[in-house]
Amino acid sequence: MPAIDRGLRRLRLWLWAVVALVASALAAATLGLWPRGVDGGDDPAADYASTFGGPFSLVDPQGRRVTDATLKGKPFALFFGFTHCPDVCPTTLQSMARLRRKLGADGDRFNIVFVSVDPERDTPAEIGTYLSMFDTPIIGLTGTPAELARIVEAYHVYYQRVPIEGGDYVVDHTATVFLMDAQGRFFSTLAYEEGETARLAKLRRLVQR
Amino acid sequence: MKTRFILAAAAFVAAAPALAQVSVDGAWLRETAPGARTGAGYGLVVNAGSAEDRLLGGSTPVAARLEVHSMTMDGGIMRMRPVTGGLAIPAGGRVALKPGGYHLMLIGLKQPLRRGTMVPVTLDFARAGLLKLSLRVESIDHGRESPHAGH
Ligand SMILES: [Cu+2]
Repeated sequence: MPAIDRGLRRLRLWLWAVVALVASALAAATLGLWPRGVDGGDDPAADYASTFGGPFSLVDPQGRRVTDATLKGKPFALFFGFTHCPDVCPTTLQSMARLRRKLGADGDRFNIVFVSVDPERDTPAEIGTYLSMFDTPIIGLTGTPAELARIVEAYHVYYQRVPIEGGDYVVDHTATVFLMDAQGRFFSTLAYEEGETARLAKLRRLVQR
Repeated sequence: MKTRFILAAAAFVAAAPALAQVSVDGAWLRETAPGARTGAGYGLVVNAGSAEDRLLGGSTPVAARLEVHSMTMDGGIMRMRPVTGGLAIPAGGRVALKPGGYHLMLIGLKQPLRRGTMVPVTLDFARAGLLKLSLRVESIDHGRESPHAGH
């Protein structure tokens, strides 16, 4: 059936033409957008990113004041949660501990910071006991509702106390890990859904810059 | 006569739980910090029966309450809620309770959950009735420690 053969060959040529067209369009788009993304110029995402972070003042489990200035000099990974959270909080903090181990000698070149957004239940001492479960040092912080409001606003974090049956409540909260550089400037984020390989690569870039 | 039939039917319904075929594979509890007041448990709920069942909750001597909760991520925000009306387990189907999703929520822990220990847990199903299990307490990142950990 030569007619069908010819038809198929023509179709194949057409498909290749389409592939080439799409590829060159993509290349053009990438070339056009890339330089703007790199210098942050008029990229709205870069502008937004630069607004993460800022001044805060909280207390650690020993009752010491910890501010953004205290943390300066070393990059840090910041996570918001509550100690009554049985799933996302412990798995995220344990993942940070594991990533730190994987960084080897670079592992102690960044701080892990946990901020409790449940001031009603989580006292500084209880946060300290909670964090003792993880086999790596983690700076646990909390503060008055006003002090928490300040850091929550600085990092555009969401949290909401939600009552459940039995007079109990849970806390909805942002589960993103914020990576900040040694000057307290936004570097990147680790999303909950992100695989460990990608997380490790970002952390490596953070501590080696 | 009619009464006797109804009584017999009632007795059959009462006995039905023994016939229901619900099981939980690979169930475990996550270890907690000393002083922790909540804990979580997971496992694959399998319904080998020919009718839908519902996991309503349960009990354990180590906590005041045991509920079924869902966890969802929405735009980077974690939300955890009690599953109301029970978690449906379809006939011949299975539902995974796993980190980042449905879980058994232990509220009001009376003691910390220590790795390697076994904890009795009774699950309450709408049809199958009570299912008694013994759950092993595992590390925080149990099931995520493999080279392909993550998603
Ligand atoms: Cu829960």
